[in-house]
Amino acid sequence: MDYQTGFFYFFSAVLLFAAFRTVTARSPVHAVLYLMLAFSQAAAIWLLLKAEFLGVTLVLVYLGAVMVLFLFVVMMLDINIEEMRVGFWKNFPLAAIMGGMVSAELIAVVWAGYPSMTVSPEVAQTAMHLADHNNTRELGKLMYSQYLFPVEVAAIVLLVAMLAAIGLTLRARKDSKAIDPSLQVKVRAADRLEVVKLQATRSAQQESQA
Amino acid sequence: MSLTLGHFLSLGAILFALSVVGIFLNRKNLIVLLMAIELMLLAVNMNFVAFAHYLGDLNGQLFVFFILTVAAAESAIGLAILVLLFRNKSSINVDELNMLKG
Repeated sequence: MDYQTGFFYFFSAVLLFAAFRTVTARSPVHAVLYLMLAFSQAAAIWLLLKAEFLGVTLVLVYLGAVMVLFLFVVMMLDINIEEMRVGFWKNFPLAAIMGGMVSAELIAVVWAGYPSMTVSPEVAQTAMHLADHNNTRELGKLMYSQYLFPVEVAAIVLLVAMLAAIGLTLRARKDSKAIDPSLQVKVRAADRLEVVKLQATRSAQQESQA
Repeated sequence: MSLTLGHFLSLGAILFALSVVGIFLNRKNLIVLLMAIELMLLAVNMNFVAFAHYLGDLNGQLFVFFILTVAAAESAIGLAILVLLFRNKSSINVDELNMLKG
């Protein structure tokens, strides 16, 4: 057993434990923290698989941004945990049976299809397994040549997501005294000021009528 | 015994099953449902990275990149909807989400 196998089993054990605690943790804040642990272990396993760029991206983007977003939202909401936990353990037997079935079937298919596939000699000759392989550079080359259009589509997806998130949660203040600039620009002097012709003095007849 | 593709795919399968269990258990709690979906996407990504490694093909890793992009967009919009929902109903209980009368 080489050291990679040992690391794989260690990271996998922590990953599965963290995933289990994520879905069973009592407090949502604990769930988010366990989810962060799970993602960090997954990043470590990806490093074992020579996907350095993705492993670092997972830590930076997922742990650094998405999970912090989750944490902010969880802390902003005042959730009644007890109400949420009603029927939690009642569903557990069914959930355990379903989970066991899903994993057993998937593993059965996987072991039947790829009984003991290791890195074969011809695969070991491909660029990605050579000692001087630069994962980030090769991914970048692919991304900005063959996959240029999908990268642009992904950028638009992120832009739309940002606009949607802002548009959904933005709330106009009702007590604000700010004036709409377009209304200000449209104002004309004639609407604001009216010049009225008045006599400087009034005659005695007009005075008695008034 | 060295690591085979089956090890990583089994890990992905167990992770996926765990998040299915999570969806069953937390039927009422919308925010943990979102977290379970994130775990599912992680399990799928694990399969992609494992295949990319054992087949010597970088395209698999690039696909993970796009899945991460879509997952980030999904969680951002999902959390925005969650905040909006909590603002209007003061609850994120899935059972109370019947405004569409579906």
